[in-house]
Amino acid sequence: MTWRALLVRVVAALAITLCLALIGLPVLALLLRVPAGTLLARLADPLVLSAVRLSLVTSVAAAALIVVLGTPVAWLLATREFHGKRILEAVIDLPMVLPPTAAGVGLLLAFGRAGLAGRALASFGISLPFSTAAVVMAEAFVALPFFVGAAAAGFREVEPRYLDAAATLRASPGTTFFRVMLPLALPSVLAGATMSWARALGEFGATITFAGNLPGVTQTMPLAVYIALETDLEAAVALSVLLVLLSLTVLVAVRALPLGPAALRHARRDPR
Amino acid sequence: MRPKQFALAWAVLLALPASAGAQGGPVSVFAAASLKDAFTEAGALLARRRPGFAARFNFAGSQQLVLQIVEGAEADVFAAADQRSMGAVAGKGLTDGAPVIFARNRLVVITPRAAPGRVDRLQDLARPGLKLVLAAEVVPVGRYSREMLRKLSSAGGFGADFAARVQRNVVSEEENVKAVVAKVQLGEADAGIAYVSDVTPAVRGAVGVIPIPDAYNVIADYPIAVITGSRHRDDARAFVDFMLSAEGQRLIERNGLLGAAP
Repeated sequence: MTWRALLVRVVAALAITLCLALIGLPVLALLLRVPAGTLLARLADPLVLSAVRLSLVTSVAAAALIVVLGTPVAWLLATREFHGKRILEAVIDLPMVLPPTAAGVGLLLAFGRAGLAGRALASFGISLPFSTAAVVMAEAFVALPFFVGAAAAGFREVEPRYLDAAATLRASPGTTFFRVMLPLALPSVLAGATMSWARALGEFGATITFAGNLPGVTQTMPLAVYIALETDLEAAVALSVLLVLLSLTVLVAVRALPLGPAALRHARRDPR
Repeated sequence: MRPKQFALAWAVLLALPASAGAQGGPVSVFAAASLKDAFTEAGALLARRRPGFAARFNFAGSQQLVLQIVEGAEADVFAAADQRSMGAVAGKGLTDGAPVIFARNRLVVITPRAAPGRVDRLQDLARPGLKLVLAAEVVPVGRYSREMLRKLSSAGGFGADFAARVQRNVVSEEENVKAVVAKVQLGEADAGIAYVSDVTPAVRGAVGVIPIPDAYNVIADYPIAVITGSRHRDDARAFVDFMLSAEGQRLIERNGLLGAAP
């Protein structure tokens, strides 16, 4: 082995070790802190239960909203060229880099009672801040790019000749999308949906800023962890462990999911 | 990236924390969110006066700071908005000398100027459908707010269920007092309860104040202490001494708090 190849290996090994230590150690520390019995007892606490329920409901709702709104956007970005496409892509990606608290302030200034769109909503008697709907909006805001990015990548990899074949068979654009494109891109679409759900589940900054913190209404698990930290470290750790286990289970499950023929036919475009 | 560049990038990355951990540097002051204006001003003043002095502030809810300090954050000075938070730190032997009360604060009801007329007096806080924002009960100001409401309930004239009716109007329990002010300032809440010192010149234009009579008000004690094992002990001491000096007390009062030097 040349010294260069050796160096690459050493550096790679070091990087992997450090990455694992960075992410794995905190997770391990959380898991080791609370015995399983204590954990279960903690989770029976009504405040904890209501936070868990609220988190599940809002994160699933946010992911559903993202899939419904994000799929057409992803399809557009993957298949069409148009003026302002780069700008649209940048705007969609923005929540990834924006500090969530800033996102929360932005949501307040837009959809708050005195906000840009909020004033119009108020005339219909709709008030979003401090509501469960606001939690879903905050979560959808920060999690949207995770879905659009993955889904667009999936759509982009579908071989155009399959779509052309569908068109020659006189399939309507809708049929082509739902019967050809979506099944072929399904692994990416599902991965994107899962990532966005996981991001929504962990959302904190935008939620506490836009939706506030009220048990049973807007206090999701991350908020409950933050507040519990200050009075009851054990409860905070128990909630954190639950968040970790929940997210990990889903992330692993999605990777193991047999996606059937769709995954096998997931054809890559020839490199040019 | 080519291997050489990759290795170089690694070397740089590994060197960064080493340089950040160097000796010297600013004295780290952990302070209750309500002290933000007073301490920022004091820090700037001392930096001009004391050669080599620089302060770095961590403003948050006192209870949050307690957790950070107890879990090993590198703090040199701790200033809390209540005795309980300071007690939690002192109880672990983490204060260098006994904490001293250096300031006091009192509560006010704040309302948004943008949406006036919903809350004009304390009784209005119980009006059904009102949007009230309080600090969470784990935050000192949140505990004081609830104590104040209980005092009003037993005062007569407000009704014995006043506190309960007000509690039903709470739409959010914020994690620190500045977040309460922000929600009112933006006009999202009809009212909030904060410290008088939070109505700073910067927010005075957007926020109206309803005073709370002293008989029902809760006076908050602010203790300050140097943290054990501080690497900037002299600067930390200098900061604490300044806050207790006549000049520091005047600065505190100028920022809406009450002086309390022994």
